[in-house]
Amino acid sequence: MVDFALTHAWLVPLLPALAFVIIVFLTRPWPKLSGAVSIAAMFSSFVLASSVAYGVFTNPGFIERPLIYSLRWFGMEGFTVDVGVMLDPTSAMMLFMVSMVATLIQIYSTGYMHGDPQYSVFFSYLSLFAASMLGLVISSNLLQMFILWELVGLCSFLLIGFYTFKISAREAAKKAFITTRIGDFGMLLGLLFLQIIFGTLDLAGLAERVPHYEQYGISLGLLTLIAILVFIGPIGKSGQFPLHVWLPDAMEGPTPVSALIHAATMVVAGVYLVGRTLFLFSEVPGAAEVIAFIGAFTAIFAATIAITQREIKRILAYSTVSQLGYMMLALGVGSLSAGMFHLWTHAFFKALMFLGAGSVLHALHDKADVWEMGGLIKKMPITGWTFVIGGLAIAGIPPFAGFWSKDEILVVTLEYARQGHALGYLLFFLASFTALLTAFYMWRMIFLTFFGKEKPENHPHESPLSMTFPLLVLAALAAVGGLIGTPWANVWGKWIHFGHPHHGEPNYGLMFFSVALAVAGIGLAYRLYYQDEEKKLAKQLAERYQPLYKLSYHKYYIDELYQWFTRQVVDASAAVFYWFDIHVVDNIVNGLAGATKLSGQGLRYFHTGRIQTYALVFFLALLVITVVLAFGSPTLAGSMGGVHS
Amino acid sequence: MHFDFSLLTTELSMFILGLATFVLGLVVPSRSRRGIGAFALFGLLAVLGLTVLNWDQQGVLLNGMYLVDRYAMFFKILCLSTAILVIFGSLRYVNEHLGNHFEYYSTIVFATLGMMVIASAGDFISLYLGIELMTISFIILVAFRSQDGKSLEAGIKYLLQAGLSSAVILYGFSLIYAATGTIVILEVAHATLQGQASPLLIAGMVMLVAGLGFKVSAVPFHMWSPDVYEGAPTPVTAFLAVGSKAVSFAALLRLFVAGLAGVHQQWDILVAVLAALSMIIGNLVAIPQTNIKRLLAYSSIAQAGYLLVGLVTASPAGIKAVMFYSFLYVFATVGAFTVVAVVYNKIKSDEIADYAGLVQRAPLAAAVMLICLLSMAGIPPLAGFVGKFYLFSTVVSGYLWLVYLGLIMSMISVYYYLRVVLVMFRDDPKDPAPIEMGSAANITLIITMVATIFLGIYPNPLSEVANSAAISFFLK
Repeated sequence: MVDFALTHAWLVPLLPALAFVIIVFLTRPWPKLSGAVSIAAMFSSFVLASSVAYGVFTNPGFIERPLIYSLRWFGMEGFTVDVGVMLDPTSAMMLFMVSMVATLIQIYSTGYMHGDPQYSVFFSYLSLFAASMLGLVISSNLLQMFILWELVGLCSFLLIGFYTFKISAREAAKKAFITTRIGDFGMLLGLLFLQIIFGTLDLAGLAERVPHYEQYGISLGLLTLIAILVFIGPIGKSGQFPLHVWLPDAMEGPTPVSALIHAATMVVAGVYLVGRTLFLFSEVPGAAEVIAFIGAFTAIFAATIAITQREIKRILAYSTVSQLGYMMLALGVGSLSAGMFHLWTHAFFKALMFLGAGSVLHALHDKADVWEMGGLIKKMPITGWTFVIGGLAIAGIPPFAGFWSKDEILVVTLEYARQGHALGYLLFFLASFTALLTAFYMWRMIFLTFFGKEKPENHPHESPLSMTFPLLVLAALAAVGGLIGTPWANVWGKWIHFGHPHHGEPNYGLMFFSVALAVAGIGLAYRLYYQDEEKKLAKQLAERYQPLYKLSYHKYYIDELYQWFTRQVVDASAAVFYWFDIHVVDNIVNGLAGATKLSGQGLRYFHTGRIQTYALVFFLALLVITVVLAFGSPTLAGSMGGVHS
Repeated sequence: MHFDFSLLTTELSMFILGLATFVLGLVVPSRSRRGIGAFALFGLLAVLGLTVLNWDQQGVLLNGMYLVDRYAMFFKILCLSTAILVIFGSLRYVNEHLGNHFEYYSTIVFATLGMMVIASAGDFISLYLGIELMTISFIILVAFRSQDGKSLEAGIKYLLQAGLSSAVILYGFSLIYAATGTIVILEVAHATLQGQASPLLIAGMVMLVAGLGFKVSAVPFHMWSPDVYEGAPTPVTAFLAVGSKAVSFAALLRLFVAGLAGVHQQWDILVAVLAALSMIIGNLVAIPQTNIKRLLAYSSIAQAGYLLVGLVTASPAGIKAVMFYSFLYVFATVGAFTVVAVVYNKIKSDEIADYAGLVQRAPLAAAVMLICLLSMAGIPPLAGFVGKFYLFSTVVSGYLWLVYLGLIMSMISVYYYLRVVLVMFRDDPKDPAPIEMGSAANITLIITMVATIFLGIYPNPLSEVANSAAISFFLK
């Protein structure tokens, strides 16, 4: 089984892709059947992915030498493209995580989407989404990865805009697609550079060649440019500043989709890509610094927005942006291990919390404002308590998963600072402060939603088993999922690392510091939003620091800024281009088209339908050719630019 | 002299199949004659299987008169596949419009045999035999709708014009024989590579370009094709457009790249000009057409232009590109013409305007037409894109203008292809009754569509096969 799984890892993405095809072409009229097909395929894919993971994690050889097999996609002289599978601990981990979270989310969706008229379509999209992401994860070639990367983008577009009758959903879908496309364009440019310079886009080939970039006749400056171009893709996909704007709006899709996007697919694709191409970024310190700073800045930036938001999914969305910043920070300071570890733990607790939020919305009939909730834990114990576990995990309370990965990021950042990197301590400070804020805003949300007084107008009820079961599984993982990466027995770091594995002594001081931050954040939230039943103090604070409050509540007016830019600059230049297009381009094009059509019409009259004419043309042509070749061939050859003349 | 009959297995079995189909038609009472199509079909499938099994067979018969190599095998497989698809897709059409004459099937088998002989021909005599066997069969097939004036007219036109071109080809052969003293292509190659290019040789070469240019309907020897394509029964048009054209390219490559290699610098310009003219005239005159078969005829002239581009460089990559393109062209063309045939069955018209709302009446047919047309236009990810990519990328630096021209003309072609698509998908049908196509035609359509998409997404296997065949071409 394990050998079969290792050599057939391509089946993991193929099964859900097949489910997509089956649903679209065959089972669409029968929603129940479509759901069953989708879940069956996803679950089989999960089983297979688990075997792959088992196979990889029992064979230490895969750490240094990934298992790669590929297929020539097309080839011609000087340019070949292979598509294939690359299995190493990193991709095996992702394969396992993505397929598991996707399976759970699909099970959850059977309850959440119950009765939706587009039920089958929803499952077909979910399947395609999972297939694209799984395919991306095992790609051995950057072109292949890019294609699947775009498919992931397409699926997110379809799913965010799933409720096509909602204008906001349509707008959000467009925003997500366009914003990430901006990033993808940069990335495509970077990939083209890599192909032209290094002659391959195979990950293994690039990893070999990039360190010797001088032999390929390029300077460090150009390589830095390429690295940054490539990084623009992940900035868009993983919602990093300044292309983060689409991510909070992406919650317009059905909640399971938000969970899928925020936890297991799409946004982590960017982080994964950076992790995969770390050989490139590690060569160029400048680019790595850019990643670290963008990551750290995004982390604190999004956290400061999250503390004032009112909608439950929006708070979670900003927390995702912030946590993705953490991952980027870890990769930027050079630790694949810490970045991927946080990706892993985050997938569990973020999927858990999004699905929990979905359960709450389900119960309150899409009332989203946390200030209008309260005391829900009594009526919805499973949702509530699992949500609390998620909150403990993300805040960084040991032994829950988030603590270990966040601690690891703080450790590597501190080390990075100690190695004498300029501004390294600033990164550390930003990361620590974000930890405090995270604990605060998360628990603000939890206290407001689940504790305190019940609101009489709400009639919550616990969700069905199909929705609570995934919550329980995810809660268990959010609780213990981090234990494989504790500083005392760092199994994680042994398997997933870039360069030399990290062998740090457990830093008890730092651990204490990070727990203190988390407790302080939770304590502050407790004081403001639990003890103080009227929330007087919170309101006073908002009053007193109103400019700051507004700045945060309006997300630093970034959306407005972009809108202003679009209106003033883009629309204005568009008007100019429009004029040019109508008056100049169109005339030229129409003229050309008219001329083409006319010449077609004219030439048509040669065609008389009379066989005599045809024979005449035939022999006339023969005659002309013979005469020209007999008398004028050198000049003819010369005028045509023939190579032999 | 040792004569290895096993090298002729496929040709002999085709011959037997043709005879058997014919005799069976005479013997079987007329009400059970519907089975003859199926008999021919299974026979062809068996021969196809035999040919695939003999893929690695190599050999030369009668001092180079007949060559068996992968190159020939490739084109044999191509022709057999085309014949199978054409027969399978047109069973109903034949039944309804051709009076279910059994001669139809045996004539197709003989035409295919002619094509196979052309693919393997090693000297002028066997080549000429193949060409004539194919052409005479096609004259019969084109005029098969004897009750339809257009079909008869097309038959007469094809007969006269094919006669002219045969005369020109023969004249070319005799001139080359006069210049080199041999009719075996490989010996011609030795002679041209050593000696100077004599005027006789050049004149002979021009005659061959004209005669085979007629067969592939390259401008200015194309005048017959729109009339014949329009008048001939639609399945015959498909077979003519694909099979006849592909093997004529096989002969062109054999004659020019192998035989006349010594005078490459005399003919490459000529072929380049013909390629350019075909692309220009084919694409431009397709624009005002209102009849779908005429439109496809002009598009087929343009396709001949693209294929000629691959001939210009006379390199293995060019040969491979021509072979690859010919093969994918089978599916796009047969698919499109099968749609034309099934639509004609119902609405008795080939006018593009009558395709209005086809997507509502026959979604599969409309989808296949869309895919096939887009593939011919070279839109990724369909096969036509990859094919054009291979063709144009073989061009050497001196002929880059040909590539630019090809790209511009491909763009223009999108216009008239999409015009058909627009009519099919946007306009409302005059009569919304669904068009029932029959399962055989359905399966043919699905095969062509799947192949067109598959070869576009994953071209490498066919590309490798074409590559190995192209290499066998040079191993002499």
